[in-house]
Amino acid sequence: MEPFEPRVVAFLCNWCSYTGADLAGTSRKKYPTNLLPIRVMCSGRVDPEFILKAFREGADGVIILGCHPGDCHYINGNHKTLGRFPILKKLVQQFGIHPDRLRLEWVSASEGDRYAVVVAEMTEQVRKLGPLRWNTRIKETVAASAAGGE
Amino acid sequence: MKNPVIGVYVCHCGSNIGSVVNVPEVVEFAKGLPNVAVAREHKYMCSDPGQDVIKKDIKELGLNRVVVASCSPLMHEHTFRKACESAGLNPYYFQMANIREQVSWVTTDKVRATEKAKVVLVGAVNRVVEHDPLFVKSVPVTPATLVIGGGVAGIEAALQVAASHTQVHLVEKEPSLGGHMARFDKTFPTLDCAACILTPKMVQANTNPFIKVHAYSEVIEVSGYVGNFTVKIRHKASYVNNDKCTGCGVCITKCPERGIPAEFESGLGNRPVYVAPDAPQHGKKPKDTFGKRPAIYTPFAQAVPNKPVIDRDNCRYYTTGKCRVCEKMCEPGAIDFDQKDWIEEIQVGNIIVATGMKTFDPTPMKNLGYGRIPDVYTGLEFERICHSSGPTEGQILTWKKESPKAIAIVHCVGSRDDKHHRHCSRVCCMYSLKYAHLIKEKLHNCEVYEFYIDMRCFGKGYEEFYSRLLQEDVRFVRGRVAEVSDWGIYPEEKGRLVVRVEDTLAAQVRRIPVDMVILSTALEPAENADHLKHTLHMSCSSDLFYLERHPKLAPVSTATDGIYIAGACQGPKDIPDSVAQAGAAAAQAIGMIKRGVVEIEPTTAHIEESMCTGCQICIPLCPYTAIRRNEEKRIAYIEGALCKGCGTCVGACPSGAAQQWGFDDRQIYREIEGVLAAK
Ligand SMILES: Cc1cc2nc3c(=O)[nH]c(=O)nc-3n(C[C@H](O)[C@H](O)[C@H](O)COP(=O)(O)OP(=O)(O)OC[C@H]3O[C@@H](n4cnc5c(N)ncnc54)[C@H](O)[C@@H]3O)c2cc1C
Ligand code: FES
Repeated sequence: MEPFEPRVVAFLCNWCSYTGADLAGTSRKKYPTNLLPIRVMCSGRVDPEFILKAFREGADGVIILGCHPGDCHYINGNHKTLGRFPILKKLVQQFGIHPDRLRLEWVSASEGDRYAVVVAEMTEQVRKLGPLRWNTRIKETVAASAAGGE
Repeated sequence: MKNPVIGVYVCHCGSNIGSVVNVPEVVEFAKGLPNVAVAREHKYMCSDPGQDVIKKDIKELGLNRVVVASCSPLMHEHTFRKACESAGLNPYYFQMANIREQVSWVTTDKVRATEKAKVVLVGAVNRVVEHDPLFVKSVPVTPATLVIGGGVAGIEAALQVAASHTQVHLVEKEPSLGGHMARFDKTFPTLDCAACILTPKMVQANTNPFIKVHAYSEVIEVSGYVGNFTVKIRHKASYVNNDKCTGCGVCITKCPERGIPAEFESGLGNRPVYVAPDAPQHGKKPKDTFGKRPAIYTPFAQAVPNKPVIDRDNCRYYTTGKCRVCEKMCEPGAIDFDQKDWIEEIQVGNIIVATGMKTFDPTPMKNLGYGRIPDVYTGLEFERICHSSGPTEGQILTWKKESPKAIAIVHCVGSRDDKHHRHCSRVCCMYSLKYAHLIKEKLHNCEVYEFYIDMRCFGKGYEEFYSRLLQEDVRFVRGRVAEVSDWGIYPEEKGRLVVRVEDTLAAQVRRIPVDMVILSTALEPAENADHLKHTLHMSCSSDLFYLERHPKLAPVSTATDGIYIAGACQGPKDIPDSVAQAGAAAAQAIGMIKRGVVEIEPTTAHIEESMCTGCQICIPLCPYTAIRRNEEKRIAYIEGALCKGCGTCVGACPSGAAQQWGFDDRQIYREIEGVLAAK
């Protein structure tokens, strides 16, 4: 059997984290290829539905990356994310997903090194938890509850 | 919607992508994706021939969607959108897949890199199907510019912009323009007198009809967007009515409070006075005015504007309720003890940030003795000691007012040091050489030691200056100083300072007795740099200086359109580079004013009326108070001009009524499905 390679969907805010991820590239940092980046303008844009959607589509983990608190390009979008996050953790738990599969990190535009470290950590964290296969396991039940679950 | 017809273009980027990602394989894979009509590869997609391929396909194959897999969208999204537009396709029917910065450059595993490139590409192809045509809005630009910081960079930027006969507001937090340069005696490498070249510029700025100097003021709030910023400036109460003040200076000479360490003298005024052990103990202690200023003051004699301010914390009237001497002395009646801070609101189209730097405080480096041994000075303090209008009137004297026989200059204090700053401060080697020269000029027989790690003399004429100093009998010792102590062992060390250093060229540890030590301290971000960063929503690089949009190609732009940086606030810099950046920033501002309009990204949020339930969750979330409630319809609506497109309301809307153009739920869902489609 092939070794398990986790797939982690990452939502990166355009101003800090996406730029930081680009910097990791420009400085030729090496990190695992398991992260699948999706760019949003601000971490505040990350709808709880996106997270469930990602798990439903087969992600083994989801990570939200934004500017450090106080540094959000839109003043305080990331505070909203931070405020929402404990509820999101609870939410995924209620759906039978280990809360460690969901993570929130702050990576600034200058923290290319840190981005590489976070990616490696998250990949290992999810690798330890093993494949989720949420979609195949409980697709129908969840589709119903996710629709009314907000 | 017409059926999507997608063109996919995969870039090799020379060998940047092609040497890691198997581009032909990705192209073959793309051909099999739904809706993809054509997939091609190119050595350099961003080149004109590369763009022409896209344009040709749009016209000949009737493409209505384009995906380019290449570098980061932050790099070339604009380029490709323009290419689409020029071929008649709405530029927002374009999506980019980043397979360089986030794929080929971050792994060496070719198989997995190729896999990831495919996955990212599917996300983009999936997403672009859902794209809508969007239209950039043009809004007029307010033809005025705000310059923050009145150092040499800020003054230059203000003068350059004003040369286009448009309004400039120059905000300086200190009572006078000038910044660090105003404190210098001579400037390297040409050794021109700093005041002689700076003072005329300060005066020009202050008298230019297009420049309004707001000294002793700070920017406290900035709102709006490129071309149309609203700025609130707080004018600190100076307790002097500038309209009445003639700048005669009588108040300054008459002020009875004279013992306040002068900021301008870089902390020299904080040193205790030397009292000789055999000095007579009786009688009144002599007044200590070394490096001190009165409570009503201008920072220096050539201050511009030449209007004094009262330092409220130290003014006798405010501390004891009695005095008002300045008021009695002021003939025009300019003193106004009831003055309050006041706030002014201005409109500008561009903002140039030129807030400079500060120097590292070496007190924590206990081994160097600063703050404990009186004859250890920082570079900036020595600058004042050398200066003919400084507290020693240009005489180089030790604390005991003796002429030093040997002086040590220690390079890289706080720079190139993992414990403090990793960066090189760029100007210290050069100003250290400058000091060596000035010392030799004033004290021919004084021994001068330069303790350096590497000599970095990178600028025009700098290496030549170094060569010249090598001829001037200056001793260069290569090695990081381990300790400065006042603890002599050998007879020649008694009563002097001892520099212990490993001379790495001679391969031995040396003890060198000297009488004065100058620490060439690092340059670090200005005092309130972090605060201003938040006010303007800028970013910082890892050294905490302001981050430019691109290190090579956009060195004075920031991530926010309409906000530029110049001078030492962007990183340690000498005067020529600061001035050059100021000119570059000014050119950008003038360019925008000349154009008259700016284009606003259309990726803002909007509310689908039919879906809004009027729950009002979104209203308090908006950082820009752009969401209002339509009382009649009992739903929310978004004030388009105020929305900056963060999407926070969209992420929170429970009914999906709030959406963001270019980042709506459908588009992100398709992208999520895309990146997870494999397996
Ligand atoms: C000891 C020493 C010696 C040097 N000698 C030389 C030399 O010989 N030759 C040379 O080329 N370079 C020299 N330099 C470098 C030189 O000082 C800098 O290149 C230059 O000062 C940079 O100019 P600036 O305008 O960017 O910054 P600054 O000179 O630091 O000016 C910034 C200005 O902005 C103001 N400000 C800061 N924050 C705010 C705010 N929030 N609101 C409003 N105003 C604000 C400050 O009060 C200041 O007036 C030396 C530096 C040092 C430390
Ligand atoms: S822009 Fe980065 S979190 Fe808001």
